[in-house]
Amino acid sequence: MAKKVEVSVTVNGKAYSAEVEPRMLLVHFLRETLNLTGTHIGCDTSQCGACTVMVNGEAVKSCTMLAVQAAGCQVTTVEGLGEVGNLHPIQQSFWEKHGLQCGFCTPGVMIASIGLLQQNPNPSEEEIRDALEGVICRCTGYQFIVEAVKHAAQLMAVDETETGNALQIGEGR
Amino acid sequence: MIPNQFSYVRAESIDEAIRLLHESNGEGKLLAGGHSLIPLMKFRLTTPSTLIDIGHLSELRGVRKAENRLVIGALTTHREVHSHPLVQEHLPVLAKAAGQIGDLQVRNRGTIGGNLAHADPAADLPAVALALDAMLEIQGEDGAEIASVDGFFLGPLVTALPDTSILTSVSFLIPPAHAKSTYLKYAHPASGYAVVGVCAIAAKDPDGAVEFIRIAINGVADVAYHCVAVEQKLQGQLPTEETIREAALLAAEDGEIGSDHFASEEYRRHLCSVYTERALRDLLL
Amino acid sequence: MAGMIGSPVKRKEDPRLITGNGYFTDDIKLPGMLYGTFLRSPHAHAVIKRIDASKARAFPGVAAVFTAAELADKMKAVPAMWFLPGCELKPKDRPALAADKVRYVGETIAFVVAKDRYVAKDALDLIEVDYEVLSAAVQQEQAMQEGAPQLFDDVPGNLALLWKAGEIPDEVFEQAEVVIKERFYNQRVVPNPMETRAAVAQYNPGGGEMTIWCTSQNPHIHRMIYADVLGIPESKLRIIAPDVGGGFGSKIATYSEEAVVACAARELKCPVKWVEERKEHFQATTHGRDEVIEVELAGKTDGTLTALRVKNTANLGAYLSTFGAGCPTIDFGLMVTGAYKIPQAAVVTYGVYTNTTPTDAYRGAGKPEATYQIERAIDLFADKIGMDPVEVRRINFVPKEAFPYGNAMGVTYDSGDYHLTLDKALEMLDYQALREEQEELRAQGRLVGIGFSTYVELCGFGPSAVAGAIGFQGGVWENSTVRVHPSGKVTVFTGTSPHGQGTATSFSQVVAEKLGIPIEDIELVHSDTQSVSMGWGTYGSRATAVGGAAVSIAADRVVEKAKKIAAHELETTVEEIDFTAGIFRVKGDPDRQRTFQEIAKSANFAWNLPPGVEPSLEGQSFFDPANFVYPFGTHICVVEVDAQTGEVFLMRYIAVDDVGRVINPLLAEGQVHGGIAQGVGQALWEGAVYDENGQLLSGTFMDYTMPKARFFPMIESAFTETLSPVNPLGAKGVGETGTTAAPPAVVNAVMDALKPFGVKNLDMPLTPQKVWRAIQNGREKQ
Repeated sequence: MAKKVEVSVTVNGKAYSAEVEPRMLLVHFLRETLNLTGTHIGCDTSQCGACTVMVNGEAVKSCTMLAVQAAGCQVTTVEGLGEVGNLHPIQQSFWEKHGLQCGFCTPGVMIASIGLLQQNPNPSEEEIRDALEGVICRCTGYQFIVEAVKHAAQLMAVDETETGNALQIGEGR
Repeated sequence: MIPNQFSYVRAESIDEAIRLLHESNGEGKLLAGGHSLIPLMKFRLTTPSTLIDIGHLSELRGVRKAENRLVIGALTTHREVHSHPLVQEHLPVLAKAAGQIGDLQVRNRGTIGGNLAHADPAADLPAVALALDAMLEIQGEDGAEIASVDGFFLGPLVTALPDTSILTSVSFLIPPAHAKSTYLKYAHPASGYAVVGVCAIAAKDPDGAVEFIRIAINGVADVAYHCVAVEQKLQGQLPTEETIREAALLAAEDGEIGSDHFASEEYRRHLCSVYTERALRDLLL
Repeated sequence: MAGMIGSPVKRKEDPRLITGNGYFTDDIKLPGMLYGTFLRSPHAHAVIKRIDASKARAFPGVAAVFTAAELADKMKAVPAMWFLPGCELKPKDRPALAADKVRYVGETIAFVVAKDRYVAKDALDLIEVDYEVLSAAVQQEQAMQEGAPQLFDDVPGNLALLWKAGEIPDEVFEQAEVVIKERFYNQRVVPNPMETRAAVAQYNPGGGEMTIWCTSQNPHIHRMIYADVLGIPESKLRIIAPDVGGGFGSKIATYSEEAVVACAARELKCPVKWVEERKEHFQATTHGRDEVIEVELAGKTDGTLTALRVKNTANLGAYLSTFGAGCPTIDFGLMVTGAYKIPQAAVVTYGVYTNTTPTDAYRGAGKPEATYQIERAIDLFADKIGMDPVEVRRINFVPKEAFPYGNAMGVTYDSGDYHLTLDKALEMLDYQALREEQEELRAQGRLVGIGFSTYVELCGFGPSAVAGAIGFQGGVWENSTVRVHPSGKVTVFTGTSPHGQGTATSFSQVVAEKLGIPIEDIELVHSDTQSVSMGWGTYGSRATAVGGAAVSIAADRVVEKAKKIAAHELETTVEEIDFTAGIFRVKGDPDRQRTFQEIAKSANFAWNLPPGVEPSLEGQSFFDPANFVYPFGTHICVVEVDAQTGEVFLMRYIAVDDVGRVINPLLAEGQVHGGIAQGVGQALWEGAVYDENGQLLSGTFMDYTMPKARFFPMIESAFTETLSPVNPLGAKGVGETGTTAAPPAVVNAVMDALKPFGVKNLDMPLTPQKVWRAIQNGREKQ
């Protein structure tokens, strides 16, 4: 049995420390060790993006990262985006624009979308569709996801003029 | 999909990583972004006994200009390469290709060094590296050496990189200022990997003749290759629709073209010509 | 609340799902829970000579390894539930675990249970199996040939069923003015819901109760089948489908894995969890389609169609799956004439066992195949007589005044107005202008094509008596209870089992409208066999037409009883009570009134009820519809083909669907988009490709192309509403319209684009290489 290693990581603003097998995938660490089951696993080959989370502010696939690689990092999962009554603009938009059906891919799709909006706050339809390359949704045909991302961009632009801080996620949101 | 067990070490320096590699007797592997390695490990297609994590070594990151080359640290992510001002200014074709790798999430984690060292023939950077005369800085027990990318790719997932060495940086030749360049990719609709990816760089002299031309292709063959036949055909010529079309027909000449159920050898050869022609038309007409 | 039906209400389901508070099967954690993983066959056809699991059993952290030997007297094989009469059906059940022979790559051989999934996976590698590899029968037509490998000794020629309906003498075709003969392969596709299958089982050894949480579209069917397989009475077996991440038909079927998980939990007296990996899903969860369809279509030069004869050779895979026998026969065969008044039709279906993953329902289940063959054949017919494909459709449409219309295969279409959707779609397209533009672009060498699909589908399963007549081993009615609490808040129970459709919202809209209460006051309970007395689940676009109808009737019954109580309290007769927007008023004296909430309290407190009225306020309905429902519509696809590479690009996609009453247009449009994406996926990219040894070559998301966002333009969707007379809502069904309509619309468009090269037919998926080669061949002939 390979020696376990200590992993300290901040998830959704909260510090965690745990001994894990080095081979433990970040997605299993989040789901099994921390009981943050909002992040899902939809494939084995890093294609579907259901496991997408933010690591140090960048959208990454947590099925293709070891928990040990996240040591010392700030991780944000869907649970850290916002909660009912205080939703993140992306959550609000997915709800309003019917951007989800079964909801299984949705946490990953929302976080990948935030990843896009951080790089490109006002994306065109084509840019949104290209940015969704790393997620697969079997239910929606993507159209309402595209509209949700567009809508979120607008909400976040308004948010930014009001607070100057549209993209902050995790703590205090 | 769960990797086999392995032990994990975080190297504190390049030298330590080299020492650990040596101590692992060929059973150890370097872990950078992990985007090539971890998928293979999850399918248990590779089962290293030790992973030596170099992902946090900041000296392996970054972009700098050194005379007529840009030197890029091996751990620089695709996203950083894609958006870096120096790369956009001097090597727009590299920026373009890096922006087409995988997807947004993959580009945030995957690294330029990992991509080249993994040597997936359908990756996007090998052709760019060949076309831009990339030089690889490789550090081993006996110090650092510089190797040309030409001859580095030996086969699918096989390179000339010794087991106990680290690819620390890659430098790319900055083409003549008046050269134009492009990377055109036909992506596999499922995987996003290149079925064919053509990197072309060309410049014309004041009379309109081709004075500089570099073309390389990845995706279609076992390894990325340099399209010598096409270059020779066009060098010094006045480019016309006709000459470009004729030259592009030679695009598959220098590669061992593969085949699978998505794209046969015949179709891949054809795509090589079509994409080379399109690239050259963009640059020369 | 008036106006709720037809309103684009935001979903009640979403707050949970967008905040990471969904509850999917893999999210369940029980004290002492163990994790299981299956060893699967690497061979398509082999005799198992020896299994040695001793090293795996000895591996630290392993609780048990089950093989067929350990389960022999613990559980039965898992049977199908559609035993088609009169077709010499030879049903073959799915073994719990393979004992002596494996018949497809991915068939289960052993089940390892360990303290966590990492250990289970490690132990799996330690199991040794010796195989004697046999040659495999992979493609259905080859499997039927003499000398082909035989899967079962008692199924000669691997022929599982031979179904015939109708007969047309050869002379009809020999003497016809025009005959189209074509062979269409409707390729095998993989459902791939984003949540793979999963199960958690918990057994109480004291009382013998078993609970299985699993990814099911129809928990009561799962209970009925697994009760028998496991030998547990239905009264002690509880099936719960928590949040389910899509199904598309693949979670209708009952499988052996879920039953083995339950069996292991019973043996080990510990909860056991199993979650399918995506690679396993590709191999082990039912596939869809895989039918070779040969069509003869006869007609006249004036455009009239006169006769249709169809032969379907269907690949059933290695065992007979739950609905497997019904898809290529009843579901397909009864709908072959489509939206057209073709006076004569006949269908014969050969169902064949092969060394491949079993096939079963996949979004549309038979109807997409039926639609594909008629919509493609009609285009070939139009081309042959030199008539616009739109015109041929118009000439042959079942006219509006002919409904209810009995088609040549003996089913009765409930209602329809096929010109209505066609006219609207053509208007949205601006057809004439586009045809002119197409000509101009063709002159420039650009390949633009326009494709039509004017479909009708059979759904809303259905009258139970018909289900019985066609050998379906269950009912297809639906159940709902609308329970009003003392506060006036309402719990609605339904036997349908949503997994992404938004039923909690749409059914709440129905109840809100009927009871005049806010939608926030209504909660839907579903997918738990202990909460919902009975039900038949969500498939075949039946949720709204059958389940929604039951909800509607149950709500009406609540109002009926509430009116009696209101009349009593207001000292008048029931006839004098007017109930609108949640208020009971005395006609002509509107100040005398009771709110719904007041009556809810009165009914539950029962202090002062009218004579003969029992306490509580609850309505129940067991609704068995008199007929199926038949949604229809027109889809138009515009494509451009890259003549150099063969790539197909969607330029426009127009969908005008008539699904009867639309309860929530937002959700209906979402269903249309998703269905179209899957339908276009089948037309252009998707396909399970086996090699001659039965190895699945497209077995991961790296090589099986799932539709992606960048493949699509904005879909232009509209609805018309032709109500169904079959249920009180007038609703039909929207879930399968896209997968039914889209494949022929896309392929017809590509064929139209390739007309300059004389290309008549290409089989799906229209991969770039296939299209390129067709163009090359066309060029060479020119």
